[in-house]
Amino acid sequence: MENTNKKRDLFIGFGLLALLFIVLVILEQTVRPTSILFTVLKKGAIYALVAVSMNLLNGFTGLFSLGQAGFMLLGAYTYAIFTIPVEARAQVYQYFDGGAIQFTLPVIVAMILAGLVAAFFAYLIGLPVLHLKSDYLAIATLGFAEILRAIFQWDKLGVITNGSNLLRKYPVFKTSTFYFAISGICIALIVLLINSTYGRAFKAIRDDEVAAEAMGINLAHHKRMAFTISSFFAGISGALLAMFQTTIQASQFKSAMTYEILLIVVIGGIGSVSGSCISSFLFIACSEWWLRFLDNANLNFTSIQILRPGFRKVVFSVVIMCIVLFYQKGIMGDKEFSIKGIAGFFKKLKSKRNK
Amino acid sequence: MASSKNILKMENITMQFGGVVAVDNLSLEVNEGEIVSLIGPNGAGKTTAFNVVTGVYAPTNGAVWFNGNKIVENHPRRKMKKLYAGKDKTVFNGHLEPTPDKITKLGIARTFQNIRLWKSQTVFDNVLIAKHLRRTSNVFSATFRLNWKEEKKQREETAELLKILGLYDVKDELCTSLPYGLQRRLEIARALATNPTLLLLDEPAAGMNPQETADLTDFIRRIRTDFHLSVFMIEHHMDLVMDISDRIYVLNFGALIAQGTPDEIQNNPDVIAAYLGEAEEDTDFSDKPYAEEEEAE
Repeated sequence: MENTNKKRDLFIGFGLLALLFIVLVILEQTVRPTSILFTVLKKGAIYALVAVSMNLLNGFTGLFSLGQAGFMLLGAYTYAIFTIPVEARAQVYQYFDGGAIQFTLPVIVAMILAGLVAAFFAYLIGLPVLHLKSDYLAIATLGFAEILRAIFQWDKLGVITNGSNLLRKYPVFKTSTFYFAISGICIALIVLLINSTYGRAFKAIRDDEVAAEAMGINLAHHKRMAFTISSFFAGISGALLAMFQTTIQASQFKSAMTYEILLIVVIGGIGSVSGSCISSFLFIACSEWWLRFLDNANLNFTSIQILRPGFRKVVFSVVIMCIVLFYQKGIMGDKEFSIKGIAGFFKKLKSKRNK
Repeated sequence: MASSKNILKMENITMQFGGVVAVDNLSLEVNEGEIVSLIGPNGAGKTTAFNVVTGVYAPTNGAVWFNGNKIVENHPRRKMKKLYAGKDKTVFNGHLEPTPDKITKLGIARTFQNIRLWKSQTVFDNVLIAKHLRRTSNVFSATFRLNWKEEKKQREETAELLKILGLYDVKDELCTSLPYGLQRRLEIARALATNPTLLLLDEPAAGMNPQETADLTDFIRRIRTDFHLSVFMIEHHMDLVMDISDRIYVLNFGALIAQGTPDEIQNNPDVIAAYLGEAEEDTDFSDKPYAEEEEAE
């Protein structure tokens, strides 16, 4: 009974995912490609991936890390550096004699490499900092991300990183299905990990470190594992971000970016994968699209004097404050989006109405 | 009792925190199949002794032997090394770097004085997570569910353990929603899930009423035989201690003042003095509750 229910839920879940993809494909065929809808969808998918990877660390392992922008930077640069076509290198690296690297890797290989480079650096930085607790870990990882940003703008490394100049001309994908597919696969992997025996151990560490260690869970090993895996996926999302923007520059990976991701995680619910996904699309849609009209004093039908460029940010902050006030645990809390949950919600509504 | 082979041996353990000597030259043994209690007034160093055995603290002096292997010894540099401890080594090679997780892997499981369950998890998951240390899968095989056989076996074992311990009916409830006595029992279940040969219980009857304590006495006896355990426990409830223990050690101000069977301990003048205070002196108020219990004996 329980098993068939589980199977049915799984089946419906896959059905919904397939439906989502079909809708996406249809949208791509019908809506004009420059529409802001696609910007939101692509960026939303990228931020969903990085938010889920941050949630793996902050929400499921209880490690408060703020280094996500740094690992995205590593991923983005790795992808860009290894995929710029050889003939375009002279133009991109114009101040550095065409750069030191004179070969290109296939896109998928470069993306995986982007994740691996981020994971490798996470492993190294994890050795000294992961025994720090809560806020101190956040400070250390934040510092690490800032140092990375500075190093990547350093002139002496220009033959590889192009200094503080833009990297461009690397292959990009225009279709939003690509972004959805990659980040969907990655999020699925994270979910599988979270539900595996290792994911359960992570949650035990989050709930009570002392008890976890006393029950035979090697803290150093598991924390490093969570940190490395989380950074791997942050690196891949960095590569996706590089594709989305078509050009990248180290100076854009500021700590403000990490805060945006943290905000998405908090709004979605710390410890909820589906919450992070939902809130990343909402966040991107709000900041890029739905509140745009507030920047323009002349609306179609009337003109309101208080509206001016930048005003949407004020409203946006107020909206976020309201969400945090009224949904203190985020949109989803630590629950997951499930068919059972929705069915239960409607049942509750019904019974309320009947009363 | 039955066999004289000792499973746990503490040898001249001294634990000093700055100027405070929490445990002073403590030597004791737990034999196979025995239930041994460690008693003493508050602040006598009982829990510290436990923490030395389980690798939480590195002792200032002394060594701990488990099944004939040295598992803990004084190692001043241990703390530094722990921070950079590399791969998960089950067997201590060369020098000892005991951490609680390694000691648990060897077969010593413990419970805590103040219950430390994983609060956001269900009863079932609390026990299941404790099975994590006997895994053979790595992170990749676990993510891609190549370990489904092991996973299935772990779930079956967990269900069976919960049935034996009478927790199966509440398996899907959040562990914090259980009544206090069951939470204690769940903590013992979680410790048993790690397949220990020695169980350390830190005040298992704390906060329990007489009925619950009596149940616990039977419970500990039962799991001792069912799981072929030796039990080493800290306890304040004298009814429980005198009823269940094969041998008792008494600590006062970190030092061992008496050892023996429950009868010997009850009539030992040093123990009575430690609990009741010397005749000439006024009694220390912190000892009062235990004094009352001693009288109740």
